[in-house]
Amino acid sequence: MAVVKLFGAWLSPYVFRVIWALKLKGIPYEYIEEDLSNKSPLLLQYNPIHKKVPVLVHDGKPVCESTVILRYVDEIWPQNPLLPADPYDRAVALFWIKFADDKSPIIAKLYRTEDEEQQAVVKEWLEMLEAMEEHVLIGGKKFCGGDEINMVDIAFCMIAHWLGVIEDAAGLKVFEPHKFPRVSSWIQNFKSVPIIKYNLPNTDKIVAYLKRRKEMLLTSKSN
Amino acid sequence: MAGELVLLDFWPSPFGMRSRIALAEKGIPYEYREEDLRNKSDLLLQMNPVHKKIPVLIHNGKPVCESVIQVQYIDEVWHDKAPLIPSDPYQRAVARFWVDFIDKKMYELGSKIWKTKGEEQANAKKEFIECLKLLEGELGDKTYFGGESLGYVDVALVPFYSWFYAYEKCGDFSIEAECPKMIAWVKRCMQKESVAKSLPDQEKVYEFILQLKKVFGIE
Repeated sequence: MAVVKLFGAWLSPYVFRVIWALKLKGIPYEYIEEDLSNKSPLLLQYNPIHKKVPVLVHDGKPVCESTVILRYVDEIWPQNPLLPADPYDRAVALFWIKFADDKSPIIAKLYRTEDEEQQAVVKEWLEMLEAMEEHVLIGGKKFCGGDEINMVDIAFCMIAHWLGVIEDAAGLKVFEPHKFPRVSSWIQNFKSVPIIKYNLPNTDKIVAYLKRRKEMLLTSKSN
Repeated sequence: MAGELVLLDFWPSPFGMRSRIALAEKGIPYEYREEDLRNKSDLLLQMNPVHKKIPVLIHNGKPVCESVIQVQYIDEVWHDKAPLIPSDPYQRAVARFWVDFIDKKMYELGSKIWKTKGEEQANAKKEFIECLKLLEGELGDKTYFGGESLGYVDVALVPFYSWFYAYEKCGDFSIEAECPKMIAWVKRCMQKESVAKSLPDQEKVYEFILQLKKVFGIE
C-alpha cells in the first residue's frame, strides 16, 4: 500500500484543509511537523519553488499547494467526494474555492498591519463575509452548496476558526454575527462535524504566537 | 452538447486568450463579445457580480468565471477532442501546480514592469526572468508543457507572450536573451492556428499599454 506523508505546521489553516480531507476519506497518513523558522532539507527538496507547507507526499511523489492537494486527494480516493460530479456545479464550486484562496493570505495580515493598511485588510474580510452571506450560502443548505461538508466549506475555513484568533491578536473586531446570520449558522455547522471539531488547533496558542510575531515585526520596523 | 456559447472578453486580456485558445483547439463555435471595461455591459455585471471581470464564459445562459476554471470546464464538457488536462491524477496535480504558479506571478510581475521605474522595476524584471527560468526547467526537453500536444500549462502561459514586447520596451531588456528556451517554446505554440489566432499583435498591445500609461499618468 502506498505511503502517504503530510508535512505541516501546527497552526496553518492550509495544513488543516488537507488533514480534514484525508480524515474525511479515512486515509491513514504520517504527519511530519515542520519548524517554519528552520525548514527541514526534506521539505525544501519536496517544495523547492515555494518552500511552504502543506506538502503531501504520496508514494514518494510530492504534491504542493493546499487546493492542488485537495483535488488530488479527492481524485485518488473518491469516497466521500468533496466536489460535485456535474461539470457546471464543479465549476461553480471551484470559483468559490479560488475566491477563498485569493482572499485568505490577505486577510491573515490583519494582526500585523496598522492604520490604512489594516483598514484595507478589514475591507477584504468584509468582502469575503458578504460574498459568503449573499452568494455562497444563499441556497439555505447546511454547508456551502450542499447538505454534506465539501471542499468549498474547507476552503473557507479561515472564517470558521482563524478569524476569531486573528481578531484577538489584532485587538480588533471585524465579524459581527448578527450582521451575517447565514455565516454564523454555517460556522456552527462546520465546527460540529466531528472530524473538524476534533481537529482544530488550540486558539490560545495561536493568539499567543501571533501576538509575539506582531511584537517582533513592530520592533524590527522601528529599528 | 454545444448549446449556446458566449465569451465576454477584452482583446488584450491574457486571461481571455486562454479560453479563446481552448475553444479553438477543440473547434468549438462561440460568440465573442468585446467588453468596454470603462463601460461594462449589464450582461457582464449580471454574469460576474462578484468580480465584474472578464473573461466570462456563458454556456446555455449559465456563467463560468475565472479563466483557469473555464479552460477546465471546456476540457471536461468537450472531452473528446484535443484534451488539455492530463489524464493521470499525479500529472494533473503537477499541471495545476504550475498553472497556479503562473497565476500568482506572471500578471503581477508583468504589471510592475510596465507600471514602475527604478528599483521596483528592476526587482520585478529580475523576478520575472527567474520565474520564466523555473518554467523553462519544468518544460525541459518537451515540445510543449503538455508533452507532444498543447496542454493546460501551455494554454495558461502562452497568452503572456503577447505582452512580452510591451514588457521589453518598458523595461528595456530582452526576454529572448535571458530565456531562449522559453521563446523557442512560444514559437512552437504560435505555429498552431488556435494560438496564433487567439493572441493579438504584440505592437498593438504595446500601443495599448502606452495609452494606459497616459491615462494613469505613468511615464
